[in-house]
Order: sequence, then C-alpha cells, then structure tokens
Amino acid sequence: MVAGADWRPSASLQALRQRAGWRARLRRFFDQRGVIEVDTPLLAATGVTDPAIDCLQESASGYWLQSSPEYAMKRLIAAGLGDCYQITPAFRAGELGRWHNPEFTLLEWYRLGYSADDLMDELTALTDCLLGPAPIRRYTYQAAFEAAGLPDPLTASIDQLTAAARTRPAACPLPSGTDHRVLLDWLFSQVVAPQLPVRCFVTHYPADQAVLARLDPADSRLAERFELFIGGVEMANGFRELTDARALRERFEADQAVRRARGQPVMAIDERLLAAMTAGMPDCAGVAVGLDRMFARAAGAESIAEVIAFPWTRA
Amino acid sequence: MATYSTNQFKSGLKLLLDGEPYSIVENEFVKPGKGQAFNRVKVRNLKTGKVIDRTFKSGESVEAADVMETEMQYLYNDGEFYYFMAPETFEQHAAPEAAVGDNGKWLKEQDTCNVTLYNGEPLSVEPPPHVTLAVSQTDPGMKGDTSSGGSKPATLETGAVVQVPLFIQEGEILKVDTRSGEYVSRAKD
Repeated sequence: MVAGADWRPSASLQALRQRAGWRARLRRFFDQRGVIEVDTPLLAATGVTDPAIDCLQESASGYWLQSSPEYAMKRLIAAGLGDCYQITPAFRAGELGRWHNPEFTLLEWYRLGYSADDLMDELTALTDCLLGPAPIRRYTYQAAFEAAGLPDPLTASIDQLTAAARTRPAACPLPSGTDHRVLLDWLFSQVVAPQLPVRCFVTHYPADQAVLARLDPADSRLAERFELFIGGVEMANGFRELTDARALRERFEADQAVRRARGQPVMAIDERLLAAMTAGMPDCAGVAVGLDRMFARAAGAESIAEVIAFPWTRA
Repeated sequence: MATYSTNQFKSGLKLLLDGEPYSIVENEFVKPGKGQAFNRVKVRNLKTGKVIDRTFKSGESVEAADVMETEMQYLYNDGEFYYFMAPETFEQHAAPEAAVGDNGKWLKEQDTCNVTLYNGEPLSVEPPPHVTLAVSQTDPGMKGDTSSGGSKPATLETGAVVQVPLFIQEGEILKVDTRSGEYVSRAKD
C-alpha cells in the first residue's frame, strides 16, 4: 500500500453499493414476514459474562459497548413486543483477522413460538435471498465429528480426543493447557469446520456450549443451539431460547467462575435481563448472523475487509 | 527473555519454536463465536527454509527468536568463512558457507549486504538487489551485433555465470539483478 493511501475504503465501491442493496433486501425480507425492526443501545451498563467474549468499555461512563443486541432484544420480547429484528454494529475486543473485525455488523432476529428447526428454515430462506438458493445440510455436532473421522465429542475422554488430534494429517501441535472444552474447539475449528459441506447447519451442541440456548428436553447432554457454516466459516448462531431466569443466573455465575479461574475480569451480571425473564419471556427462537461475513460470501470475497468500508486498521 | 503475545503476531515476526528460529509467513485468527480463539500460523524455519503450521491459543505468549537483520559490508572469503563487518562498530562476523549458500556468487568485496544474525551469528546473507561486476571470461560475440537479441554466457569476477547480449566483451563492467540472476545493462562509470 502506498503511504497515506489508507484514507480510502478497503472495500471496492462496487462492493459498498452491493452492500446497500443487500441491506435493503434484508429489510424487505423481514417486512414481508411482519417482523419489525428495533434499535437497542450500543452502550449499556453491563457487558456479558461469556468467557469467550471480551467487551470494550467506554472509559468516561464505564458503560460497555455491546457485543450483541441479544439481552436488550430479549427485554423487548419479555415486554411483549413480539417478532423483531435488528441490524446493528457490535463490538468485541481483540478479534481481528480475515473473518473478524473488533467492530462488526450483526443481524439478529427473534421469532415467538418457533422451534430451532423453524428458525433454521427461515434462515435458509434468508441465505437463499442473499446468496442464491442452495440446499443446506443439517448435521448434529456429534455427527459432524463422526463425518470428520473423530471420536464422539459427547463421550470421548481427553486422551482419546488428544490422540485423534495428534494423528490428523494437517496436525499442528496442540496448544498448551488444552482442557476438554479447548480440545473440542480446536478439533472443531481445525478439523471439522473445513470439511463441512459448503452450506451446512450444525445442531445440538454439547450442553456445556449451550450459552443461552435451552437444553434439549429429550437429552440434557445437548443444547438446542445451531450454527450456520458457509464454506467452513461460521455465519450464524441460533438458539431455542432459554426462558428460565433461575437457570440463566446459574449459567452467568458459572461464567463468572470460569473468568475468575482464568484471571479474566469478572463481569457483572445483567440483572435487567434476569428481571425481564423472571417477569416472563415467551417461548421463542433467535439467531445472530455475522452480516459482514455473509456479505463477503455474497460478493465472493475472501475476507470481510473486502465488504467493510473502513475496517479496524483504517477506521 | 523477550516474548510475543499472539495478538502481536504478523508476518515477518521471528519466533523461537522447539529451539529453532522461525519467521511468521501467515497468521490467521480463528475463533468460534462462543469458544476458544486460536492463532493458526504458517512459519518458515530460518535455517532450513521449511514451512510448517502451528496453532496457538490466542493470548498465549511465545518466545521471540533473537534474530536481527543488519546491513554489513562484505570483506573477504578465506575459503571456509565469509567475513562481514558491521559499519558502525567495525565488529567482524564470520558466516559459514551454509548461511551464504548460492548467494556467494554475487558477493563482491566492499558491497553492503543484508545479514540476518541469530544469537549474534550470521544465519543468512542477502546480496544487494543489484551488483556491478566485471566480466572475467566470455566468448567473443559477433562484431556489430547489437540487435539480434541473442545471448551467450559470461563468467563474472565473482564466479557467477549470467546470460549477456552478444556484444558484451571481456573486461566490461555489468549491472546484474541478483534476485533474478539476469543481466540488466552495462554499468556506467
């Protein structure tokens, strides 16, 4: 790059014009389905306890740049608003790479009375609308491991998983301090994801990766959580939502314990979300889509910088 | 000892892995939205040139390789070692044959080279992109032939052999591109 040329957008003007078109298409998609658009704050008094997410803090107020509009949207749903969607910037510290930017665009929506399957159907329609139609295969987390020739992630011991990791052809030495959860993440991201079909849902994540999803009433080792992968890259994460305030508080407290043990800052629990859930949240399913990634796919781009005007290094 | 955190990773950064110096060729940040982040890197072994893949947990620290790139003046070759001098300190460094490799054929006394030091020892030597060298031997070309575009081999004073136009004569000074190994022009003096 020529010195001083970084005032220019990293995306082509054509990609930016396409981006405007895709956003308009998304709004029509939800408008036609009677899902209303909402706005929630970018700065909030609490961040998230999720140990995998580092929130950015605004120093003057001590408020947190939201990492997802999820909590605020759930408060709207508990207040009785109904089906809603949002297209919003979201922020995560330290996430920078080909498919990551610390400030990124999320599309998130909620559907009352939907099962995870119903919402996957709707996400399929939305994906078809942006990328053109193509079938989307559905694998359970367990089946995706099996298809990649790996041991059963629900029953295998650390030793079995480690042995499987070491014999992979592309095997990089495992990172140090690998516990069960890290091993599964390593195997999933290094071995399973690259082998998934071009468009694919992964469903039924292990219960310890439930995040805010309801556990499967038929098998409590599993969570009603799904992800959409396109070309091996994660595009969306959805839940049949947990609506039990007490169970949610337990998960937040477990998150805090993990943070304490790892020496991460321990984040305050969002009591307003818990209060909303205690007041009563209707049965619903919700999903968040990484829009920059989706637009990169739609543009045939190999990085999100090709569809973001000014990514982190030019912002 | 110096270390780098994975969030400082970028291409060109020198790491010490299993006791060997490596340079990062490519760094990819991989993170499941709800899980552990990793840095997947391609690294080149600075001694062997071999490229391997490694994954680190994001946030991990990795030892830095004590590798430094410096410009040094080439002094002479005693048949076993190539000697270089640091221009500021006048300190001399002896580079073994292995560090110089094929680049030895471009080294002319007094020329400034890029020397990579690992633990203070020369690890690799890169000649200047262009060198001017005298032709020590070449067959006589056809007189007046400046346009046919033909070429012939010429041996230069350092032993390098390059293809030159037919009109080049013994004793002439040539400018040569060391990266491509190609004749550029006659040197103007």
